Amino acid sequence: MEFQDPAFLSRILTLLTLSFHILYATIGVGVPLMIMIAQWVGIKKQDEHYILMARRWARGFVITVAVGVVTGTAIGLQLSLLWPNFMQLAGNVIALPLFMEVFAFFFEAIFLGIYLYTWDRFEDQRKHFLFLIPVALGAAASSVFITIVNAFMNQPQGFEILDGEMVNISPLLAMFSPAVPTKVAHVMATAFMTSAFVLASIAAVRLLRGSNHIYHKKALFLTMKLGLVFAIATALIGDFSGKYLAEYQPEKLAAAEWHFETEEEAGLILFGILDGEEAKYAIKIPYALSILAHSNPFTEVKGLNEFPEDERPPLWIHYLFDTMVMIGMWLAFFSFVYVVAVWRNWTFIRAKWFQWLLIAGGPLALIAIEAGWWFTEVGRQPWVLRGYMTVDQAATTSGQVDLMIILFAGLYLILGIGTAVVLTRMYKRNPVEIELAERENSKGGDKK
Amino acid sequence: MTLEIIGISVLWLFLFLYVIVASIDFGAGFFNAYSSFVGKQHILTGVIQRYLSPVWEVTNVFFVFFFVGVIGFFPQTAFYYGTTLLVPASIALILLAIRGSYYAFATYGAKINHRGYIYMYGLSGLLLPAALSPVLAMSEGGFIQLDNGQPYLDYWALFSSPLMWSIVVLSLTAVLYISAVFLTWYSSKAGDAKATDLMRKYALVWAAPAMVTAAGIIYELRGHNPEHYTRILDLWWVFAVSFLLFAGTVYLIWKKRHYGWAFILLVGQFFTAFFAYGASHYPYLLYPYLTIYDSFTNEAMAIALIIAFIAGLFLLLPSLYLLFRLFLFDKDYVEGKSDYHA
Repeated sequence: MEFQDPAFLSRILTLLTLSFHILYATIGVGVPLMIMIAQWVGIKKQDEHYILMARRWARGFVITVAVGVVTGTAIGLQLSLLWPNFMQLAGNVIALPLFMEVFAFFFEAIFLGIYLYTWDRFEDQRKHFLFLIPVALGAAASSVFITIVNAFMNQPQGFEILDGEMVNISPLLAMFSPAVPTKVAHVMATAFMTSAFVLASIAAVRLLRGSNHIYHKKALFLTMKLGLVFAIATALIGDFSGKYLAEYQPEKLAAAEWHFETEEEAGLILFGILDGEEAKYAIKIPYALSILAHSNPFTEVKGLNEFPEDERPPLWIHYLFDTMVMIGMWLAFFSFVYVVAVWRNWTFIRAKWFQWLLIAGGPLALIAIEAGWWFTEVGRQPWVLRGYMTVDQAATTSGQVDLMIILFAGLYLILGIGTAVVLTRMYKRNPVEIELAERENSKGGDKK
Repeated sequence: MTLEIIGISVLWLFLFLYVIVASIDFGAGFFNAYSSFVGKQHILTGVIQRYLSPVWEVTNVFFVFFFVGVIGFFPQTAFYYGTTLLVPASIALILLAIRGSYYAFATYGAKINHRGYIYMYGLSGLLLPAALSPVLAMSEGGFIQLDNGQPYLDYWALFSSPLMWSIVVLSLTAVLYISAVFLTWYSSKAGDAKATDLMRKYALVWAAPAMVTAAGIIYELRGHNPEHYTRILDLWWVFAVSFLLFAGTVYLIWKKRHYGWAFILLVGQFFTAFFAYGASHYPYLLYPYLTIYDSFTNEAMAIALIIAFIAGLFLLLPSLYLLFRLFLFDKDYVEGKSDYHA
């Protein structure tokens, strides 16, 4: 029965597209900053290694950007194809940031083309570096605008409904919904954090595979430091996000925390299994939910009992929430340990088991990204536009969504495999040792 | 000028730009594949890749700009076109996605020069216009019906319609013609006599079919949508100007002179025809259900979008100028003397 329901199928296809796209989008937003930092350090220190680092990252980055662009185009169009009623309504109120996103994307695409094809074209390295700034700004701006749209879906404002008609529409007000500050900050910080840990994982793989080159060590230390900074930022912003939820979307927080009855001095439940309304085998941290929600252990936190049953998000988002938070905490702690250990010359970080932990960092961060987006999207159910339109009302009536799911699943499979094959081939054929040697040679040649 | 007209003009302009840049892109892939098939691959590959590599992503943005802009200015289109275009648009998306990303894989990453890949890439360049252009036929009415207030696409009517097929054929001939003329110019700028010669030949081959198929559509419209047909006849003089520009391009190419001007005249030809077609379609977005007036967004949003658009242009135009200066008008780059790829 469910498998013939266009609304359900549309959800599946959107889930598929977004889950695939978000991996590339996160890297697309975060990596330009990493390239920028590496190149800047290289220019400042006149260290060839960092400049080459930027260059090699940039090469891999184009591949991920290409897939990010095409899957972004897919989700952009799918919004109208699968959720026509939502886009018709939302187009009237929230089209502005969508439109601005295209300009940011335009800007980024143009300068990425320029940046890639002008290596060594200018005498002054700083000139080339300048072309990277609009790439990073454009990427960041697109994510800001898109996140603004998502914030609007969670906490719509900037219009009124009078007799079924939308009146008093204010596009600017709609853009600055209360969900914006925490959401945008969270998306940005996690994109930077994830990109840093993904790049750290790659360096760690090279080191584990037996390369002892200082290049990889520099890359690892730089990215782990950046990872630590953004992991701490993420944790702080995560705390603010909890307060936002408690204030504006208490049902999402309550569902995530299996918080059924409104009560004071609320405890935080980690893991566990739900039996009726009771969490079994769970770790319960007293007062923690009240602290997360209102910074005060004695305050009241709204429970699910305050919401009609058909407006409650599914309770399994609890596990998504836990996954996201646990990985975030672990990465902050782990990168802190690593950075301190490097400082103090502790040797255990060179042990095999620790290297494996370093490698796990990137994939874990990506899992956290997925868990986070699933949490926020499923946690908004049954709404597409909270309080105004449910996903069932928004969906297409077309009977062919099931076929499209199969087609797009095939597409993402092809793109995923393609990315993996091309990236590994690219770096395997041209390891850093050889490239450094070649650069030395060609420089020597110039001097003669 | 009303806000509605400003909105649709901006969108139509960007669609036009997409048609031009995407045609160059699609056609280039086809010519590359074809010349590889007849054993002349080495002649074209270098020139085509030098042009495409830095700009393919920008091409894609014109398309995104168009469909995001349509929803912004005319949100009601989401209801009619969103529901009915699910299948054709998804197919186009999948083609676009594979084509775009595998282009990046091949050029930036693995340096694939496998024949099978080159053929697939060339073929996708023809399938894409064929998948996208039926939307123009659908907008003429008669293919999208309402059932209980829900729009659906009558596939049988669409696929058995001569109008739809002539639009598809036009899109193919136009892609090849536009691309060939541009690449003639680009190769001559690159000082590549062999490539110029070959592209010039392709340009002359595809000129007549492009014109014949365009005329064919006007003929088909007479039966399919008489209202639109009479409005086209009212604008006959614009189409006449377009034809003169076409003749100018062909003349210059034939005489092997001023390829740059030939391309500019071609842009003029398509610009006049495209806008005359658009103006004759006015005020309908979808016959007979949707006009630009009843589907228009609210005034506040329209003004906000137009302001954002103007601000965006201030950012965009200098950037595009820089891009073109570095890759289209830079002698050393175009001639392939310097390779600064990361």
